Amino acid sequence: MEKKVVITGMGIWSCIGQTLDDVRDALYTGKSGIIFSQERKDLGFRSALCAHLEQPDLKPFVSRSLRQFMPEEAQYAYMATKQALENANLDQDYLDAHEVGIIYGNDSVAEATMHALDKFREFKDTSACGSGAIFQSMNSTVTMNLACAFKLRGINLTASGACASGSHAVGLASLLIRNGLQDCVICGGAQEANLYSVASFDGINAFSLRENEPTKASRPFDRDRDGLVPGGGAATLILESYEHAVKRGAPILAEVVSWGFSGNGAHISTPNVAGPARSLELCLKNGNILPKEIGYVNAHATSTHAGDGKEALAIAQIFGDYKVPVTSTKGQTGHEMWMAGASELIYSVLMMKNDFIAGNLNFENPDEETACINIVPETREVHFDMFLSNSFGFGGTNSTIIVRNIDSNH
Amino acid sequence: MTREDIIKTVNSALAEEFEVEENALDPEANIKETLSLDSLSLVDLVALIQQTYKVKIPVSDLPSIQTFNNLYDYIEAHLPK
Repeated sequence: MEKKVVITGMGIWSCIGQTLDDVRDALYTGKSGIIFSQERKDLGFRSALCAHLEQPDLKPFVSRSLRQFMPEEAQYAYMATKQALENANLDQDYLDAHEVGIIYGNDSVAEATMHALDKFREFKDTSACGSGAIFQSMNSTVTMNLACAFKLRGINLTASGACASGSHAVGLASLLIRNGLQDCVICGGAQEANLYSVASFDGINAFSLRENEPTKASRPFDRDRDGLVPGGGAATLILESYEHAVKRGAPILAEVVSWGFSGNGAHISTPNVAGPARSLELCLKNGNILPKEIGYVNAHATSTHAGDGKEALAIAQIFGDYKVPVTSTKGQTGHEMWMAGASELIYSVLMMKNDFIAGNLNFENPDEETACINIVPETREVHFDMFLSNSFGFGGTNSTIIVRNIDSNH
Repeated sequence: MTREDIIKTVNSALAEEFEVEENALDPEANIKETLSLDSLSLVDLVALIQQTYKVKIPVSDLPSIQTFNNLYDYIEAHLPK
């Protein structure tokens, strides 16, 4: 028999806040985390826009012997996970006594790889890379580090699905719990925010050039959008079976109702409508949910012309006459890429638990395609009990998750 | 570079890299024990010496370096002339 999957904890390290309360407030007020980076401009970036992220200090929490294996994204993920575990009332004694797993989305380790190979080439000696390099420069660096830091003994796996990585990680974790293979899984997504990680992305002209107005640069669905703004950080959710959560007296925030996914089977960077539409359709079908039951859609929309328009058409196709409220939080955060699928679940849960939909920052005018959906431009106080979150990525990988509210008095 | 210079700069670099107090580095103390080095962090010690002094310590020479004095001796003997 399938088990009900619930969210019992959340933690985040993002450009709009490093606590759930701060992030909730930032969402409500429409705060932007986007800045202009002179360093990027001086180094030759076409677009010097990026998210501004605080750098965490792990020294009080993690020994030097473990920190040396942790690149930037693993440090963000550590801070987000520490917070999520505390939020879920899971302490180290519990982790030591029970089998808890981890599935995290990550799809690059650019800076760590570059630094290690620079040392190798400079000294013509592999040991010059240092002992941390191999562990920092593997794509599974987040899960290998967090599993050791928190002494996790369950599933230990990194999901790499481009900009849908975080969503796929949560989807996979929910699947394992639903089928009784794990009781509790830490899941999420991490994104390195250093300039090296996105230099080649900048090179394909994908970023906004609105450098004179950084906070207006990321404008999902808006007619005058001209590209995405790269972001980063990490977001962690604690997923467990309902009965496991009840048994240990955990705070239950919401239910992961279903996961849907699909592949476009087409171009590597140009999205289509059919692929995303099938992801949404499958997610609704898997959860036995009707479109009209969804109170809010957190869109993937990254502020690119090609992507936002196709997603709008896919949403319109699936929801038909029902004009579900839609926003993309990327107007505030930029594109958090490997992290986005997880962070946007947290943003949406925060909205759902606090009865509002954060306005789609910088949405001023629709274009022909984005006019077919109901985009919420300003923050709206509204109660809803179920939302759908989209994440799509290069190679045509699509992931959709539906989450239902669970009253704190469940 | 005098031996005093070597001791000063080595201790400073080790203290920063391995997060120990400089005054805890007794010349006759065992390096691995003092710095809590395992087989992996020993690689960092080798890399640090290589990057600071351009002195490469081959794995075969590592067993002869037990104390901090052994390390100072080794660097002094192998510093590029």
